[in-house]
Amino acid sequence: MARKHSKHLLPGFGLTMGVSLFYITLLILLPIAAMLLKVAGMGLPEFWRIISSRRAIAAYQITFSSAFYATLINGTVGLLLAWVLTRYRFPGRRVLDALVDLPFALPTAVAGLVLVTLFAETGWYGQLLEPNGLKVNYTQLGIVLAMAFTSIPFVVRSVQPVLEEVDQSLESAAETLGANRWQVFTRIVWPTIMPAFIGGCVLSFARSLGEFGAVVFIAGNIPGVTEIVSLLIYIRLDEYNYEAAAALAFVLLLVAFLTLIATNALSAWQTRYVERSA
Amino acid sequence: MTMAKRSPGEITLITLAIILAILVLVVPLALIFSFALREGLGIYLANILEPNTLHAIWLTVLTALIVVPVNIVVGACLAWLVTRFRFRGRQLLISIIELPASMSPIVAGVVYLFLYGGQGLLGPLLQANNLQVMFTPLAIVLVSLFVTAPFAARELIPLMSQQGTEDEEAALSLGANGWQMFWFVTLPNISWAMVYGAVLTNARVMGEFGAVSVVSGAIRGQTNTLPLQINLLFNDFNVTGAFAAASTLTLIAVVTLVLKSALEARHHG
Repeated sequence: MARKHSKHLLPGFGLTMGVSLFYITLLILLPIAAMLLKVAGMGLPEFWRIISSRRAIAAYQITFSSAFYATLINGTVGLLLAWVLTRYRFPGRRVLDALVDLPFALPTAVAGLVLVTLFAETGWYGQLLEPNGLKVNYTQLGIVLAMAFTSIPFVVRSVQPVLEEVDQSLESAAETLGANRWQVFTRIVWPTIMPAFIGGCVLSFARSLGEFGAVVFIAGNIPGVTEIVSLLIYIRLDEYNYEAAAALAFVLLLVAFLTLIATNALSAWQTRYVERSA
Repeated sequence: MTMAKRSPGEITLITLAIILAILVLVVPLALIFSFALREGLGIYLANILEPNTLHAIWLTVLTALIVVPVNIVVGACLAWLVTRFRFRGRQLLISIIELPASMSPIVAGVVYLFLYGGQGLLGPLLQANNLQVMFTPLAIVLVSLFVTAPFAARELIPLMSQQGTEDEEAALSLGANGWQMFWFVTLPNISWAMVYGAVLTNARVMGEFGAVSVVSGAIRGQTNTLPLQINLLFNDFNVTGAFAAASTLTLIAVVTLVLKSALEARHHG
């Protein structure tokens, strides 16, 4: 059997290559190509008119700024959770560790349903917040919280393994030499975890940009105020305006491409960074 | 050093993390079951057994039963290919398989609409042969395959490249054929990662909302999956019903988390 593929020691090259290419071509590349063809067929002026319409630009602004705020929240919360989970031993740590993944395991529609109920005027949280003038449902704050909830695990799970690997003797050495806690963190811990932290933030941001299920429940979907790009695409489909849906979907697809390239570059950088400091 | 006496900073951070986890993760879980059961167990069961919800459960389970095995097998093929052989375009293949997970679920749905829909690339061909893909369960299966394509490969690739090929080469040199090698050497080594990949794929398939809502047509009692049914009930102001439907998916999510942490504990020994 080794005669056929004398280049390869192990069998199965032809079979696995065949299955992979068949699957990728038929299920991933063909559908994406179909949409790209649709966009290519509409002509540049028409494409530009759709993606630069006032309603589309408002949707980009709301989506990007909300994803940005959600990422800020997740960066902070994620760093705190990763630190506490790796550095301290306390009762309930294992449960907390497992719970961090809840937002990934819970369907986004369920997340949306829960959030809109929690923050309703009479909801468990809403009845405490609304008398103080803090309205969450049907505002941008709701979008930010929905995006933040659905992407909590990214930063935690990116930073956690790196924190576990950090050589703690360096920290003890720095402390013996008179460095205070803050100096130890900023000079020793932070430089080590920074690439993983940024990587986690990029993933969190990308996920927030594309989040749909959780957001539609809580946003109220008011054009120009709480209408995200994904929802605008959905509305265009509902109106049978397929060209507009394709053009806007192309914009989101482009952003997804860019984040994929950014994460690949980041992980390459992280590998070099770790090798250099080792 | 830190075990004996906790510093004030440590106590503050732990307390903060626990309070946050309770507010953000535990309370939502409690709310789902409390709302699902707020009108009593009888109403809860009636809500679950309501024909449209029951049909949505069935369609969701059916989709998972097709999608999970297919994507596990394809994920294993892909992982074998990229970890056992070096060839031109290998890195590109790994990037392409990641593509579906990095795009918005709505875009995933749109992409399929422009392949199989009336306005799509294959639309005229399908219409000429009187075939309908869009707004049928088949479309739900296809789009679910798409959004979960990388999940199994993502678990298998790092594990298999770390394990290396010595075991498999040994089996071959001892006279095993390709299938024997895979069945008796490779599979036992990667079985936990496969289970893990299956658990993650299943959770996503059962919970997928955006992509499915574009391609399903959300016809009650026909092409409504559970997440869509939740949305429908909520829009009908049947909040208890929506939470009853949500509680089934939440149970699956909780089981997913338990399995995941059990598998990880096993993996770390």
